[in-house]
Amino acid sequence: METVTSSGSAVVTLPNDEQILITREFDAPKHLVYEAWTTPELVRRWWSGKRGTMTIAEIDLRVGGAWRYVMIADGGFEVGFHGEFREIVPNERLVSTELYEAMPDGDPAVNTVTFTEADGRTTLTLLPQLASKEVRDMIIESGMEGGMQEGMDLLEAIAISLR
Amino acid sequence: MARAATTADAFNAIAEPRRRQILDALAGGERPVNDLVSLVGLAQPQVSKHLRVLREVGAVDVREVGRQRLYRLNGHALKPIHDWVKSYERSWSECFDELDAVLEELKHKEQGDGNGDE
Repeated sequence: METVTSSGSAVVTLPNDEQILITREFDAPKHLVYEAWTTPELVRRWWSGKRGTMTIAEIDLRVGGAWRYVMIADGGFEVGFHGEFREIVPNERLVSTELYEAMPDGDPAVNTVTFTEADGRTTLTLLPQLASKEVRDMIIESGMEGGMQEGMDLLEAIAISLR
Repeated sequence: MARAATTADAFNAIAEPRRRQILDALAGGERPVNDLVSLVGLAQPQVSKHLRVLREVGAVDVREVGRQRLYRLNGHALKPIHDWVKSYERSWSECFDELDAVLEELKHKEQGDGNGDE
């Protein structure tokens, strides 16, 4: 039995060489999860988690429209991402590109987000399609470099870059 | 697709669904290849091929007992992947906890409970 009030954990799986799948259930209808996901003032409140403070959240929510998120991580460094929307089905599905600004020459990831509601609860899936297996390997390997403790800052920066 | 890196890469080794099935089966204990053939539902050559990939990245060990080769899981080889996934999960879980709080507020607003002061 699951409890209704407690927050769930994100579940991460690795469907294939170039994808990472993140799944999480929310105790709210999907139009609200979508609103929290796509409204800059709301994104500011959750996107950086406990890692830092978000300084920029810009979302031009239309196909071809740009988005940009920047946060100051607790270590003091700035972490920025931007991309554009490729597909928008309100309350259902978003497809957008994402580029980590520290690696501007890299190929952008393509993130697909889906919102599925059942009994007033919403299952969100986030599927980053990485540019290549090599990019994924680099992400995994740099995250593990120097052991998990020492690599934490880098790992976090990279984990965020997958969003 | 280039396949050069396949055998050298633990992450790649477990990205293949059949190989994950094999690892799941081995998580229950040591097994001969015939068991794996019936559990996974592939022909023996295919199972052997997957086992070879898993062995080359150290995810699976093999020992010979009489005429049988017994395969077993070596969780140690997969621990870095496990750790990475867990850490990635934790990082997302923290954001989503914050998102929960935002959603609670949106729900209350929508239900109009409390202050109608906006």
